[in-house]
Amino acid sequence: MKPSDPSITWLEEKPLGLAERLYLPLFVSGLTTTARHLVSPKVTVSFPDQRPKVGNPLIYRGVHRLNRDAEGRVKCVACFLCATACPAHCIDIVAAESPWPDREKYPESFHIDELRCIFCGMCEEACPVDAIELTSLLDLTGKSREEMIFDKEKLLSVYDMTKDAEPMKSTALGCDP
Amino acid sequence: MPVVIVDGQEIEIGADERLNCIEAARRAGKEIPHYCWHPGLSVVASCRMCLIETGQRDAATGKITMVPKLVPGCQTPVKDGTVIVTESQLVKDSRARVEEALLIDHPIDCPICDKAGECLLQDYHFQHGQPERRADLQPFHSRKRDVGPTVTLFVDRCIMCTRCVRFTREISGTAELMVTSRGAKEEIDVFPGHPLANKLSGNVVDLCPVGALGDKDFLYQQRVWFLKREANVCGGCSAGCSIHTEHNQDAVYRLKPRENPHVNKWWICDDGRYGWHHLHDQARILEASRTAASPTHRGNGSGTPATEAVEWADVVVKLRDDLKAAGRLAVAVSPMLTVEEAWMLCAVARSIDSEAFLALGFVPVTGDDESFPGGFTIRAEKCPNRKGVEEVLAIYGAAGRSWDDLVAHVAAGKADAAWITAGYPAAWIDTASAEAFAGLRQLVVQDLFDSPLMRLASWRLPAAGFAERAGTWVNVAHHAQSFRQAIRPPAGVWPEGRLFWNMLGRRGLYDPTAVRQQIATSSPTLAALGGELPSTGVDLRLHQLA
Repeated sequence: MKPSDPSITWLEEKPLGLAERLYLPLFVSGLTTTARHLVSPKVTVSFPDQRPKVGNPLIYRGVHRLNRDAEGRVKCVACFLCATACPAHCIDIVAAESPWPDREKYPESFHIDELRCIFCGMCEEACPVDAIELTSLLDLTGKSREEMIFDKEKLLSVYDMTKDAEPMKSTALGCDP
Repeated sequence: MPVVIVDGQEIEIGADERLNCIEAARRAGKEIPHYCWHPGLSVVASCRMCLIETGQRDAATGKITMVPKLVPGCQTPVKDGTVIVTESQLVKDSRARVEEALLIDHPIDCPICDKAGECLLQDYHFQHGQPERRADLQPFHSRKRDVGPTVTLFVDRCIMCTRCVRFTREISGTAELMVTSRGAKEEIDVFPGHPLANKLSGNVVDLCPVGALGDKDFLYQQRVWFLKREANVCGGCSAGCSIHTEHNQDAVYRLKPRENPHVNKWWICDDGRYGWHHLHDQARILEASRTAASPTHRGNGSGTPATEAVEWADVVVKLRDDLKAAGRLAVAVSPMLTVEEAWMLCAVARSIDSEAFLALGFVPVTGDDESFPGGFTIRAEKCPNRKGVEEVLAIYGAAGRSWDDLVAHVAAGKADAAWITAGYPAAWIDTASAEAFAGLRQLVVQDLFDSPLMRLASWRLPAAGFAERAGTWVNVAHHAQSFRQAIRPPAGVWPEGRLFWNMLGRRGLYDPTAVRQQIATSSPTLAALGGELPSTGVDLRLHQLA
């Protein structure tokens, strides 16, 4: 598009009024903002001694977990839709025939590379059985790269750890179970 | 020439062609959806998905008379003046109703169904179905039935197109599958004690338009949308069936037949279909090595000489030097090699020893040719390129020399060094036969796996598997097919072509197409290989006659 394009409307800058030319009123209004923050309550916390407050844990995108069904089995059906949706390619699943008669397929192994993950939440959205969810756990640390690749047991243990504080989203958000 | 009118578009068809409406419409670029019809099977017109409007144009007056009701496109032959309407409201409504009827009790388990992504029911539902489900049934599970050693049937996913049943009756001729019960209770089943166990059984999985028949070898292994496919040729036997190698990250997941009217039509045998597992066998030889020459590498005391690994860049130079120093050379050109590789190997051999004895490598044969009523034959000769190698040997004046001639030549002490190319997926030589090569100064063996011959070798080179090669194979009927490399060989393995290319001192990356053009211009018998080859290949004999 050229500057001469008729679809462009050119606006002239407004001429400065008296208050702007005096400079002082704007100076005072700027300083007022600074002063207000000096006296308002602090939002900074001294992490990790202090825990930051998560606004709504149900929509926070932290560490993943793999949910369990009513019988304590992994809910995942190994459909690979999370791995397909994942833009960072951090999910690796090995599917196998399930050992239970009422299910056809289950994940023999399920790995998430938490270092590769960008915490976009696409896996959670793609999941047809609400098996993978992002919790509000935000401090994710480890001593090695290997440690940060979470396997199925680890992801299930995250569920066990967080299920009381954060119930499964399908029920908590009022969707069908 | 007869003219068919497809949605107002006039299409000329051959005077002797017998096409149905689906095939005629396809010529006009219109796809009529269908489940039960398959070009290789008889017509039953049972799925009703291909219902279309037809009519006839009067040749004299040009007046069109339409048939008042919808007719199945698969069962309606076209002739001069046939009018086909594939996109009228009547046709669209009919397709939506067929889709709805099929989906009334079809389990909605697409996330765990292996067919999802290549399922006709899914595709047609999005193209022709209606967005909502009026039935109150919400089935999610499918019963599973073991119908044979290679195939699992998911009973409730079946839409009763009976393609699989017709295949076992018409093509494999074994008739294991049948339809039991009637109406809405119809199911595919086998007779007790007669499982689906023929050598073409895997084809029913390809034929199944939905996820009812699952391939046990592939079941749950990978979602189909992750797979990349490369047009390839099966190396299992000398039939040279056209296949698609479906792979992801240099791992093969399955082989599928590729339609080729000149070779395998739509089918491949189970031996070929499941014959790729050796590519990922842990026992494969992955390193070029030779018997240690320096005194610092002493044997380990058990009688086997110590070996030293050799970098490929050094193999190119040292192998030539060693063979040159040894003297008279004998070379076995394996029928697993492509025409290009065989031609380059012969050139390399003759550049080392201008009198080199060239012969066809070992040709593995198992049993007899096995033919099926549908016109499919599994060949007894378990190598893909005997004809091609023979043609190449003829160029180098070694026509008709077989493996036995080579063994006799070596046993008679007429050679000081031998270079045996192999690359066979199965064990091929026993200790007694290998003994003939024991006294040589240099023995180069290029193979996929360890063998008694490999243990005698002074140079041990890894070979490439069939999907890791690029080049041309000539099948038993002189049909040449060119193909590209589907996956990279394991780390540390150079495909034979790359080694020969570098030993010939040629620059850049190995380019099989350039070699093929060179062969075509240098040899009248292989002249048909020149230019761009069609994906279905060329018949070498036809071009010689022309």
